[in-house]
Amino acid sequence: MDADSLLLSLELASGSGQGLSPDRRASLLTSLMLVKRDYRYDRVLFWGRILGLVADYYIAQGLSEDQLAPRKTLYSLNCTEWSLLPPATEEMVAQSSVVKGRFMGDPSYEYEHTELQKVNEGEKVFEEEIVIDKAVAIIPRGALFKTPFGPTHVNRTFEGLSLSEAKKLSSYFHFREPVELKNKTLLEKADLDPSLDFMDSLEHDIPKGSWSIQMERGNALVVLRSLLWPGLTFYHAPRTKNYGYVYVGTGEKNMDLPFML
Amino acid sequence: MEDSTSPKQEKENQEELGETRRPWEGKTAASPQYSEPESSEPLEAKQGPETGRQSRSSRPWSPQSRAKTPLGGPAGPETSSPAPVSPREPSSSPSPLAPARQDLAAPPQSDRTTSVIPEAGTPYPDPLEQSSDKRESTPHHTSQSEGNTFQQSQQPKPHLCGRRDVSYNNAKQKELRFDVFQEEDSNSDYDLQQPAPGGSEVAPSMLEITIQNAKAYLLKTSSNSGFNLYDHLSNMLTKILNERPENAVDIFENISQDVKMAHFSKKFDALQNENELLPTYEIAEKQKALFLQGHLEGVDQELEDEIAENALPNVMESAFYFEQAGVGLGTDETYRIFLALKQLTDTHPIQRCRFWGKILGLEMNYIVAEVEFREGEDEEEVEEEDVAEERDNGESEAHEDEEDELPKSFYKAPQAIPKEESRTGANKYVYFVCNEPGRPWVKLPPVIPAQIVIARKIKKFFTGRLDAPIISYPPFPGNESNYLRAQIARISAGTHVSPLGFYQFGEEEGEEEEEAEGGRNSFEENPDFEGIQVIDLVESLSNWVHHVQHILSQGRCNWFNSIQKNEEEEEEEDEEKDDSDYIEQERFRIYPPGQHGYPQISFHNMLLQSFNPTFGLEHMPSPMAKSLKIST
Repeated sequence: MDADSLLLSLELASGSGQGLSPDRRASLLTSLMLVKRDYRYDRVLFWGRILGLVADYYIAQGLSEDQLAPRKTLYSLNCTEWSLLPPATEEMVAQSSVVKGRFMGDPSYEYEHTELQKVNEGEKVFEEEIVIDKAVAIIPRGALFKTPFGPTHVNRTFEGLSLSEAKKLSSYFHFREPVELKNKTLLEKADLDPSLDFMDSLEHDIPKGSWSIQMERGNALVVLRSLLWPGLTFYHAPRTKNYGYVYVGTGEKNMDLPFML
Repeated sequence: MEDSTSPKQEKENQEELGETRRPWEGKTAASPQYSEPESSEPLEAKQGPETGRQSRSSRPWSPQSRAKTPLGGPAGPETSSPAPVSPREPSSSPSPLAPARQDLAAPPQSDRTTSVIPEAGTPYPDPLEQSSDKRESTPHHTSQSEGNTFQQSQQPKPHLCGRRDVSYNNAKQKELRFDVFQEEDSNSDYDLQQPAPGGSEVAPSMLEITIQNAKAYLLKTSSNSGFNLYDHLSNMLTKILNERPENAVDIFENISQDVKMAHFSKKFDALQNENELLPTYEIAEKQKALFLQGHLEGVDQELEDEIAENALPNVMESAFYFEQAGVGLGTDETYRIFLALKQLTDTHPIQRCRFWGKILGLEMNYIVAEVEFREGEDEEEVEEEDVAEERDNGESEAHEDEEDELPKSFYKAPQAIPKEESRTGANKYVYFVCNEPGRPWVKLPPVIPAQIVIARKIKKFFTGRLDAPIISYPPFPGNESNYLRAQIARISAGTHVSPLGFYQFGEEEGEEEEEAEGGRNSFEENPDFEGIQVIDLVESLSNWVHHVQHILSQGRCNWFNSIQKNEEEEEEEDEEKDDSDYIEQERFRIYPPGQHGYPQISFHNMLLQSFNPTFGLEHMPSPMAKSLKIST
């Protein structure tokens, strides 16, 4: 969720039951402002909270002008001091996927695995966050548009989805470089608007039904929850510009999803 | 200039009420953005009625004609005098222009609509002359573009269109002579079609013809959409000038798209909105009823207040504490839940009620309330189980009558473990659920042990509909309401904890040895509880205890022996009851929950599963209990 509209976003996303305590909220407001200034980001998003056994990680992301460029990730344990998470190499990504289980809450904790080397928890947090972000960060259709020069910009004329559009999964896109777009048939591509439809839509996510879409407050708020990564909540108030997503969870993938549906 | 144009002006006056036009036109033309001293100003001179549009020479681009239409009505008095003077002065316009613009907003709409209808089929000057209203521009448009009338009805600021034209023709304007400008646009257009005999003083120069052609091109209607570029650009610029976005040039294309879309959306709005918002209104109505219910009954209020104090928890206070921990549903949702709970206590005879929590589902969520009924106000009996058993017996008899050749199976399914009585064990509390605060509360059926046993083996999402079937393996006996109830029971048994000493058993002696059902069921708050230091509570888990009975692997809290035993064996068991008292204490404190409760419970389950039911002991065997003591 955008750091500028943090309070409103937290209120709208509170239906999932997990939120932030007032002291954390207050410190987030100020510290994210400072982060934006220090790192010179165009926008700072509060990504969410990963619950650990001993302590929680608070994660924020910084975006540059081009919205689709790789985002920088920062973490904090107390919502006041933020540090950049080191970028992960592919080996580390592979390693972290093997090490399962909850996070401890101590960035220097080392996981031991019989086959691989020890994995630092800090890196594991980062990779987990990257994985989750790639999988389930969402943007409503029309919120970003692509200019002919390449970079993607926030669409300032985005007025929000209409009610009928808001209930359909096809109006939401993954907030990442498209993976499946090229696989579409020519017929489908003909209907797309290249300035708006340049990301993957949620419709074709596998497994089908891994998103739960609900209207709360009697059609005044649409909430999408990921069932594959439990804890990811996306909210959008139709016909307004308010939208955002936040992850509050343990950082574990729900591997039992096909059985639970 | 005026003199020469006066005849023409007269003509024009006939068409437009016109007087107001001149000042308007002067103002519009003189807008600061278009610095050219518009020749359009001469239009002001038109006050005199003009008979022959056709007589006018061409000045294709008189944006003022558009501007005129809104002006036509109100402006009477101002007309003549300012006209010749004002156009010449670009400086004068800016301030009057602004209010003029706003004023134009109201009249043009009405003008447009009225004008469109009669003018639709008649692009030519004759009807215009007859119509006294200000409609010059509309016939002008119709003449130019075939299907364009509806366009005009949507133009918000016709006078601004005038300015548009001005900008396009900037360079050319200076050269134009006033006579030419005095002519209306429509006239000039007509000139294209009907070369005006006589009236025109000035032969159209090449420049003028070019301008005329350019404007005609701009006014050409698209064959696809019925728009024309002229109107579209004027709409867009109007919108930009009204909204004044930052860096408008960057979002220019988006604005263009929005303006085009706006043409279409209006017609559908009236129908669509009704359907879409109905659910919103329904929920809002129900929740409004929630807010009002408190004020309905005045007479019995005192009595109700007493009961309400006992029954209803202070949900807002608890929510405050939870919020400090980062858990919560948001203030207004919590408040609505509080009101819904109040409604529940008003409609049912409830001793005590508590907000248990919220369970997320795929389509809808559940809000769960834990309720304890007042003494003697119990719910309906469950006769269904008895009926089922009788049916089974009947079927077995039927089979026996068949041919004896078929081998009969001697398998007798183990007797179903009966559910616990209400108010005991897993059924100690009754649970109500609703989908959203404001919706009616539904009571969940009591849970039976078989459901708990199978619920431990499956993992399914809730859909939000209580009657949904649960398709799983092993097959779950029941539908979603039963599964929900089973999960609630498991969650309560596993996670409801309290600090050590907060609850104590009721002080009734003599019960310790009797219990057929085992375990002391009732506990109450300890009035002498003084609280434990926070540090003690945080550092070790030994200060926390479960206060809800653990559910055995059998699915019940109190052991049920399903195997028939002799009486002798039962007597032997009685002797071991002394040990069982000690064990009961252990049981109440069971063991401090481990990290998030997982490892310890599984350990306990393992113990119980290894427990051999044939012993028939109601409680755990003593060696096991002693080993468990370590955990405290």
